[in-house]
Amino acid sequence: MALAEATLVKPKASSDDIVMRAGIAVVLILLALFVAAPLWTLLSKSFHNADDKWVGLDNYIRYVSTPALMQSLWNSLWISLLTTAIVVPLAFVYAYALTRAMLPGKALFQAVALIPILAPSLLPAMSMIYLFGNQGMLKQLLGGGEIYGAGGIVASQVFYCFPHVLMILVTALSMADQRLYEAAEALGASRWRIFWTVTLPGARYGLISAIFVCFTLVLTDFGIAKVIGGQFNVLATDVYKQVIGQQNFEMGAVVGLILLAPAVLSFFADRYAQKRQVSLLSARAVPYAPKRQRGRDALLFVFCLVIAGLILVIIGIAGWASLIKRWPYNLSLTLANYDFENFDPTGWGPLWTSLKMAALAAAIGAIAIFTAAWLLEKSRGFHLVRNLVQFLATLPMAVPGLVLGLGYIFFFNSPSNPLNFLYGTLAILVINTMAHFYTVAHVTAVTALKQLDAEFEAVSASLKVPLPVTFVRVTVPICLPAILDIFVYLFANAMTTVSAVIFLYAAETKLASIAVISMDESGFNAAAAAMAMCIVFVSLATRLLHLLLERTVLAKLQRWRKR
Amino acid sequence: MMDKMMRGGVAALAALAVMAGGTALAQKVKLTAYTALENDQLKIFKDTIEKAVPTVEISWVRDSTGVITARFLAEKANPQADIVLGLSGSSVAAFAKQGLLEPYTPKGAADLKPVFRSGANPETWIGMDAYLSVVCFNTVEGGKKNAPKPMSWKDLTNPAYAGSIVMPNPASSGTGYLTVAAWLQIMGEEAGWKFMDDLHKNVAVYTHSGSAPCVQAAKGERMIGIGVDMRGAREKTAGAPIDLILPKEGAGWEMEVSGIVKGRPNVAAAKLVQDWVASQGANELYGKYYAIVAHPAVKAAPPNYPEGADKAMVKNDLDWMATNRDRILAEWNKRYDGKSAPKN
Repeated sequence: MALAEATLVKPKASSDDIVMRAGIAVVLILLALFVAAPLWTLLSKSFHNADDKWVGLDNYIRYVSTPALMQSLWNSLWISLLTTAIVVPLAFVYAYALTRAMLPGKALFQAVALIPILAPSLLPAMSMIYLFGNQGMLKQLLGGGEIYGAGGIVASQVFYCFPHVLMILVTALSMADQRLYEAAEALGASRWRIFWTVTLPGARYGLISAIFVCFTLVLTDFGIAKVIGGQFNVLATDVYKQVIGQQNFEMGAVVGLILLAPAVLSFFADRYAQKRQVSLLSARAVPYAPKRQRGRDALLFVFCLVIAGLILVIIGIAGWASLIKRWPYNLSLTLANYDFENFDPTGWGPLWTSLKMAALAAAIGAIAIFTAAWLLEKSRGFHLVRNLVQFLATLPMAVPGLVLGLGYIFFFNSPSNPLNFLYGTLAILVINTMAHFYTVAHVTAVTALKQLDAEFEAVSASLKVPLPVTFVRVTVPICLPAILDIFVYLFANAMTTVSAVIFLYAAETKLASIAVISMDESGFNAAAAAMAMCIVFVSLATRLLHLLLERTVLAKLQRWRKR
Repeated sequence: MMDKMMRGGVAALAALAVMAGGTALAQKVKLTAYTALENDQLKIFKDTIEKAVPTVEISWVRDSTGVITARFLAEKANPQADIVLGLSGSSVAAFAKQGLLEPYTPKGAADLKPVFRSGANPETWIGMDAYLSVVCFNTVEGGKKNAPKPMSWKDLTNPAYAGSIVMPNPASSGTGYLTVAAWLQIMGEEAGWKFMDDLHKNVAVYTHSGSAPCVQAAKGERMIGIGVDMRGAREKTAGAPIDLILPKEGAGWEMEVSGIVKGRPNVAAAKLVQDWVASQGANELYGKYYAIVAHPAVKAAPPNYPEGADKAMVKNDLDWMATNRDRILAEWNKRYDGKSAPKN
C-alpha cells in the first residue's frame, strides 16, 4: 500500500527524461557488451578446460604448481616495485623543479619529459639494446653484465613510466596554499622542515596515486619485456606465450586474471586516495608562487638538464638506429629501413591502418563518450542504471590492455556469439581501443560538464527547448576544448597501444605498433625502430596540431570565458 | 516518360548482366583452401593456380601454422576446407593419420623427390618445398673470442661458446620445434636430451621466432644462431660476416605440403589443383621463396645458400613429429623455460 502511495507522489517523467533514459539504457547495453561481457567470459574461461568442460580450480592449481609460471609472478612483482622506487623520486624532484622553483625554460623541460608518451613502450627497450646490448656503444659500462633481463626491463620501464608519473606529480604539486608556507616561515621553520611538514604532506595523495599508476604500468606492460627481457619471464609475456605460442587459452586466462588482481587493488587504493584529496584545498586558498633560491634552483636546473638530456638521448638513439645501414659493421646512413615492404609483406600498410583506426576511435569515441557522460550527468532518477553505467565507465581503468584483449578473443571469437562477425575486423580494434581508454576520456568529459551551470538545462526546459537541442547548441560548443582533449587522448593512445590489440588484429588490420613487434621479433630491428619513429612523428604532429588549434581557433571561441 | 523507360531499360540490362555474371561464376568451382603460406605469397599463388586450373576459384583462409592446424582439427566432424595447401608436413601427416584426407596420386607425383611424397598408395599428401635449420656463425665475433667454427651439433656444447648461442623456442617457433625434433630423432631420446642439457649451458636466449637467431648472429649480438636457412642466406648476401653451416650429423627440416580434404562436395576440382601442386611449373613458383623444392629439375637455391642441403636433410618422421609434439614441448618447457635470468 505504502508503495502505491509512494509511486503516486513521484513526479511524472517528462519527454526529456524519457529520451535521456533511453540514451542511458543504450550506453549501459554498449558498456555491458564491450566491457563487462568480455571480462566475464575471461573469468569463466579460467574455470573451464580446452573442451569447455567445467573444471573448477584445476587451471589455478596447475598454475600454482608450475614453478616457471610462479617465478614470473615473483619477477613481475619485484621489477614493478623496483621501477616504482626509482621513477617516483626522480619524477618528484623533476615535478618539484617545474612547479616550486624558478628555472629558465620550464615549458621546454616539461615538453621534453612528456616525449616518451608519444612512443610505443618498445622504443626505449630497443634503444637500450643499441646502447648496452652485446654490440652496444656503452657496453663497457656494464662491466661484463648483460642488458637482457631484469636490468634492461627496469631501465626501459623507468623511461616509459616517467612522464605518466610526472604528470600526476606536477598536478599534485601545483595545488598548494601559499598561506601555509607564509605561516610556516613566520613561525621560523627551516626550509627542510617546511618541505617535510608542508610540501610532502600536501602532495601525499598525488604521490600515492603516482606510485600505484607506476606499479600497474610496469606490471601490465608487455612490449618492453618482450624486446629486452631475454630469458627473464614476466606475467605479461607469459600470457602472450600461453595464448599465441601454445594456443593454451585456459592458462592464458588464469595468468590474465592474476595480472588483473594487483591492478584492481591499486585502482581501488588510488580511488580511495583521490576521494580523500577533495577536501584539501579550501575556497580561500591563495595559489602558491615560487620564489627564487639560487643554490636550490641551480641544483634543480642541473638535475632537469640531465634527465631531459637522457630522454632525448634514448629517443635520438632509436631515430639514429633507424637510419643505419648495418649495425654494427656498417654505420653509414640510409633510408632503406623505412622501406618496410622489404621486411614485412604489409609494408607501410600498418601505419595507414593505425592512422585509420586511431582517427575512427578518436572521432567516434570523443562524440560517444562525451554524449554518454552528458546523459549521465544531466539526467534525473533512474539511479540503478546510472550507477551501473558509472561503474562500467570507471572499470576499464583497472583492466590491463592485455587482459581486455584476451577477454575480447574469448567473447567475440565464440561461434555462438551473434557479434562474431566483428572478429578480425577493424571495427573490433576501434571498439576495443575506445573501451580500453574509456575511463580517462569519461572523467575528462564529466569534469568539463560539472563546470557548467545546471541552469542551462533549467532555462531550456522552461523555454520548452528539448534537452538534446540544448546539448547540441549550448553544451557541445562550450565543452569543445574538453572534447578535443578526449579526441587527442584517444588518438595518441590508439597509435601506441600494443597490449590490447595484439590478440585482435588480423592480416589486413595489422597496426603500426604490432608491426614494430613483429619486425623486431623476426630480427629486423632497424626497421622496427623506423616504424616506431613513424609512430612518434605522427603522435608529435597530432600534439602540435592540437596546440595550434588551442592557441588559435579555440582561444577565439572561448574568449567569452574571460571578462 | 522517356526518362522512366530509360531507367527501366537500364535496370533490365543490369539484371541481365548480373545473371550472366552469375552463370559465368557458377561454372567456376569455389575451393576453400586452408593455408599457412606467407601473406605476400597468397595473391600470386591464387593467380597462378586459377590460370593453371581455369575451372576453380581459390578462397584462402590463412593463419599461422598452429592456429590453422587447431582450427582444422576442431572442424573435423564437419570440415569447412576443400584443400589444405601450404601447411606444415607434420600437421598434414597427422590429418592423414586420422583419415581426414582424400587419397589421390596426382599426375607427375612419381617425378618428385621421394621425401616429398606421403608414401601411401594412393598418396595422401604431396610435398611442395622444405626449409632447414642451420647454424649461422659470426666469423668476426668468433675471431674476437678465438672460438673455432663449429662443424657439428656436438661442437656447439664447447664451453668456448658459453652464452653465445641463440636458438628459437620450440614452443612458439616451428623452426625451433623441427630442430629439437631432429636432435631427438638422430641422437635418440636419451642422448638428445643430454645434448640439449649441455647446449642449454651455452644458450643465451631462446627467441620467439625462427628467423631471429641468424639475424642476431649476423649483427654480432650473439656469435652463433640456430635458425631457418633462407634468413641466414639473406643476411649473408646483405653483407653480414656469417658462415652458414650444415652440421655434419644432419639438419632438421620441415616441409610445406598439400592434401585434399575428405567428405567435401568438390573433390574432383581439388584433384585438379593437386595435379598443379605436383607440377614442375608450381615447383618453380615455390623456388622463388624456398631453396629446396619437391621437383628435382627445379634448382632454387639463392645466393650464399649452403651447398649439399639436400643431402644434409635428416631422416625425418613427420608422423612422429606430430604425435610427440605435446610431450616434447612439455618436457622442453620443464627443463629449459623460465630461468630467472640469462647467464653471462
